[in-house]
Amino acid sequence: MQTLNWQDAVGMLQAIAKAIITSKPLLTDVDAKIGDGDHGIGMAKGMQKALDKLALLPNDSNVYGVFAAFGKAMLLSMGGASGVIFSSMFLDGAKEQPATEALNAPSFATMMAKGLQSIQARGKASIGDKTMVDALSPAVDAMIAFADDGYATMLRAAEKAAAEGVASTKAMVARFGRAKSLMERAIGFQDAGATSVHIMFAAMADYAESH
Amino acid sequence: MYKKIINDPDHVVEELLEGFIAAHARYYEPVPGVNGVLLRQRRISKVTLVVGGGSGHEPMFAGFVGRGLADAAACGNVFASPDPGTICEVATAAHGGQGILFLYGNYAGDNLNFDLAEEMLGEEGIATAHVRVNDDCASAPKDRMDDRRGIAGDLFAIKIAGAACDAGLPLAQVKAVTEQALANLRSIGLATAPGRIPGAASPTFTLDADEIEYGLGIHGEPGIQRSKLASADALTTRLYAQIVADMPLSAGDEVCVLVNGLGSTPAMELYIVYRKLKAMLETDGVRIHGAEIGSYCTSMEMGGFSISLLKLDAQLKRYYDAPCYSPYYAKEGL
Repeated sequence: MQTLNWQDAVGMLQAIAKAIITSKPLLTDVDAKIGDGDHGIGMAKGMQKALDKLALLPNDSNVYGVFAAFGKAMLLSMGGASGVIFSSMFLDGAKEQPATEALNAPSFATMMAKGLQSIQARGKASIGDKTMVDALSPAVDAMIAFADDGYATMLRAAEKAAAEGVASTKAMVARFGRAKSLMERAIGFQDAGATSVHIMFAAMADYAESH
Repeated sequence: MYKKIINDPDHVVEELLEGFIAAHARYYEPVPGVNGVLLRQRRISKVTLVVGGGSGHEPMFAGFVGRGLADAAACGNVFASPDPGTICEVATAAHGGQGILFLYGNYAGDNLNFDLAEEMLGEEGIATAHVRVNDDCASAPKDRMDDRRGIAGDLFAIKIAGAACDAGLPLAQVKAVTEQALANLRSIGLATAPGRIPGAASPTFTLDADEIEYGLGIHGEPGIQRSKLASADALTTRLYAQIVADMPLSAGDEVCVLVNGLGSTPAMELYIVYRKLKAMLETDGVRIHGAEIGSYCTSMEMGGFSISLLKLDAQLKRYYDAPCYSPYYAKEGL
């Protein structure tokens, strides 16, 4: 896959949504250890709404429009902190972009970097706070570093960086969410939001490698 | 499997609101397409008060939509903030043209979603402001007030804000009065047993059979101390001490008191708590101007209670004494 067209964008986002829905029990388990235990429920709900939206989306060839529609469907169905944060990952980098029929890997990396910026501006989380940023930020760094090597290489590098990010959250004390009140009792457990980010990047890398 | 009288865990909020609005159809109407409750006989020419948050705390928040209270409530999934689209739809449906005050508990999810809704309404030229309820003095130390969570004291915040709206104050002043109420409002609770989210495999926390936890949050957030169950008087004494350490009271002060049940604690026990609380306030020379005893802000079937104290000044007293009516909270004017 050299560039991402409208059909690819739909296919890749469908793969992400299905991966999260399949992982609902895992995410629920991970979140129940130190959070509310509702992360998997909320994410799966948002992903189902986003899938429904994609099924009805008219093909206007604009790749950014697919990501924006996907994010907006999440934003308007999930609620909770993860509704705003995870929808920003797709919506904020794609909205108000000029229509594009073919997105190259560097532009995709730029879109995801904007999403990350927006997430950090809204959620105020930095690296080390035991949030999804601990997986997304290194993944975006890897995307930028490998953007010239094409989608498959770029997204696999991002997936690996996200996996390391998830592992790194185990050693952290949480600064946000319910886990915050656990203080050092949260150490040893990985963050559920970071886990979701990794699942998403794994689905994107698999999609890029097989298309 | 824990016993819950539900149909499908994915539809509890929709079905709850269908029943709630139908039962109180004299007062309420739905907001088409979203989970919201709208007061039928809304006054225009006043600031609109919109409350909201996650479901599972009934009758908070929708139960305090009423005359002299909130004009509408935006309802999220169980223990999750409503999304910004829901908040915007509810707020737009309720708006009387004089601006909107959003009043909600200080939680990360609520803050993000209500902020985004305010951005969206701002783009449409609607004036908005917000106040975040942070009455739980066990949830963070006093130097981190911005980290404190909102619990049952929200009832008093809605009462005061609703009266300030009803009095015709402009948006900035309604906000200022509501902030003054929060400055004078403290709550703290204790849990005897956990609640359960519909569809969740395990309870929101676990306690040993003879154990209680002080300061535990209304979504099962960890509290500040676990200890053995003690007498109602001893538990009440401990909670009262924590509140007055945070918000000192002097002889001659006047307060309103809320003893709130968390879901499965009977009124009998709440009145036994109030009896002791009243005695302690009297010993300290503090006059009780009003008292609410009941389960106003719950956490599914959580056991336990919270105490809230609202220290009155002349202005807050006037707004507390203003008439209001909703199916779950009513006051005749004094």
